[in-house]
Amino acid sequence: MAIATQDTAVRTGRITRTFIYVVLIFFALFYLLPFFIMVINSVKPLSEITSGNMLALPQDPTFAPWASAWSTAQIGVEATGLKPYFLNSILMVVPAVAISTALGALNGYILTKWRFRGDTILFGLMLFSCFIPFQIVLIPMARILGELGLSGSLPGLILVHVVYGIGFSTLYFRNYYAAFPTELVKSAMIDGAGFFRIFWRIMLPVSGPIAVVCIIWQFTNIWNDFLFGVSFAGLSAQPMTVALNNLVQSSTGVKEYNVHFAGAILAALPTLFVYIVAGRYFVRGLMAGSVKG
Amino acid sequence: MSFLDIDNVTKSYGNVEVLHRVDIDVQEGEFLVLVGPSGCGKSTLLNMIAGLENITGGNISINGRVVNDVHPSKRNIAMVFQSYALYPNMTVGQNMTFGMEMHGIPKPERDRKLADVAKLLQIENLLDRKPGQLSGGQRQRVAMGRALVRDPDVFLFDEPLSNLDAKLRVDMRTEIKKLHQKLGTTIVYVTHDQIEALTLSTRIAVMNKGYVQQLGTAKEVYDDPANMFVASFMGSPSMNLIPAKIVEDNGALAAEITDASGRPVRLRLSRDGAGVRAHLERRVILGIRPEAITDAEGADRRASNLQVLGNDVAVTEPAGSDTFVTMTLSGKDCIARMRADAEARAGAHFDFTVNMDKAVLFDPETEERIDR
Ligand SMILES: Nc1ncnc2c1ncn2[C@@H]1O[C@H](COP(=O)(O)OP(=O)(O)OP(=O)(O)O)[C@@H](O)[C@H]1O
Ligand SMILES: [Mg+2]
Repeated sequence: MAIATQDTAVRTGRITRTFIYVVLIFFALFYLLPFFIMVINSVKPLSEITSGNMLALPQDPTFAPWASAWSTAQIGVEATGLKPYFLNSILMVVPAVAISTALGALNGYILTKWRFRGDTILFGLMLFSCFIPFQIVLIPMARILGELGLSGSLPGLILVHVVYGIGFSTLYFRNYYAAFPTELVKSAMIDGAGFFRIFWRIMLPVSGPIAVVCIIWQFTNIWNDFLFGVSFAGLSAQPMTVALNNLVQSSTGVKEYNVHFAGAILAALPTLFVYIVAGRYFVRGLMAGSVKG
Repeated sequence: MSFLDIDNVTKSYGNVEVLHRVDIDVQEGEFLVLVGPSGCGKSTLLNMIAGLENITGGNISINGRVVNDVHPSKRNIAMVFQSYALYPNMTVGQNMTFGMEMHGIPKPERDRKLADVAKLLQIENLLDRKPGQLSGGQRQRVAMGRALVRDPDVFLFDEPLSNLDAKLRVDMRTEIKKLHQKLGTTIVYVTHDQIEALTLSTRIAVMNKGYVQQLGTAKEVYDDPANMFVASFMGSPSMNLIPAKIVEDNGALAAEITDASGRPVRLRLSRDGAGVRAHLERRVILGIRPEAITDAEGADRRASNLQVLGNDVAVTEPAGSDTFVTMTLSGKDCIARMRADAEARAGAHFDFTVNMDKAVLFDPETEERIDR
């Protein structure tokens, strides 16, 4: 009897396991297939795409579409390729991520270790920014940028992303620091460290995991943003996503699908890169907030 | 002028008062223990001395200076926390010198002090480790070392031993006591463990519900408790509190209680002052420590008033060096602490010897002492 039940247990275990693997493999393929198609088509001459099967492997591989997408393709009215816009995106995303993460860390520190009257309400209000749809803020934001004289400029776009990012970065850091023992802060106060010294010497050195989570999150969101880019960036400040859209839309003659594919991959590369480099810490950081120790 | 003066201090959170007019004077070199059950306000009081909580009313002064509005780092105190609060990203050495660094003490002096204290606490070999690589006992030592290097006027300890296992706790207790005797610094020490309080202190403040119930030496608090709370909180097993009646017996005052079978028994009192006399023919609570009830051989020879009390034994519990004997008096369980080879047998009759010199009397309504 006992043996029989054990047997069933082993068998169900195996069946469940097989089922889980099948599902996982299915979804892995489901997500990888489009990427695979993009990659193979980005290294085909255009004729191979238009004449035949999108799924076929390239007969005559070429990197010309990549070169074209990067430096010569027609974007809007000019044939500059995606290069200058890639640079715009970098110039936008790096300060925006850095500033919003730094402010989020500072906010989280204050909201957990320097409690004051109404701090929970303030935090609740900040969380609103995580849930307000982008479209709602477009017009007020345009107005404010106008008042500040930042309309259409890169700093204006950075400001928008910082403001929008603070909600999430504050949420991350606040929850992380909530689990951080307050006695350490008290101890540092007795030791004679002030507000910033405690932040710099005690809190920040142990904030690595959550900083990684926050940076990945902000980086992906800001890099992939299209709406703010298209609404607030002037021609000279347009980010990669907007340029990619223009590349795909603007071809007057033939649609160069291979160039479009190459451009799309170029646009996705930085986020992919960030995930590959820091993905491990991402999961670890997400766990660290909830499970103390 | 006392060294640390807690003068009529109150603390409120919103309109809830959690500390009521606490008034304690601590002399230089004293080891004051704040003891009481969870939530009685010990940590709050300690944090107020440290400057981590602000003071709602009254004054705290250290070394002649009112510190109510002085920042924690300027009060010249050092604190050891229950969780040790070691900075996880710094080595032991950096942890211990962080305070001096913040106070702008030059590196050579920091290193010299660090070496001195590390030697004193025998943690020289740990200085390059991170707190995560230390055992609980070692962390405890480092936390004390961090306090010691500061050379403070007052040391504050908040339940520093409660995270250690039983054996280590006893060892560290002895070590703290030795350290205090060696250095002679003023210490305020919070614990909810009455044994720690009795062994370490030069004076104890027993607290309950935000009130200081009694302030005195270990002996005063133990032998001469101010009220029923102190009597039952200090001591383990705790003092027997037996409902009784004050009666006149051959011209002397006695406490009348009933034995296991409900027969009245009279125990002549050693102290019969006006407070007791005022309670003649009234109900009182008779408090007797377990060790004041023994067999005839185990009784204190120097006691002036030993009374014999015959009663049925309910349970005996041998505990190595002692045997605890439980009986019923006035309908309540009452514990006697006897020599290991006392003859009491469960279910049998036994003649207990009660040292009435050690007995105390309380008013059942106010719970205060009536025979002081
Ligand atoms: N921030 C606060 N707001 C409101 N009430 C508080 C606050 N901090 C403490 N209290 C209350 O003050 C009282 C004393 O708390 P305290 O921490 O001093 O107790 P304690 O004696 O140290 O207890 P324990 O032995 O459990 O540490 C408790 O009743 C607690 O609920
Ligand atoms: Mg406490």
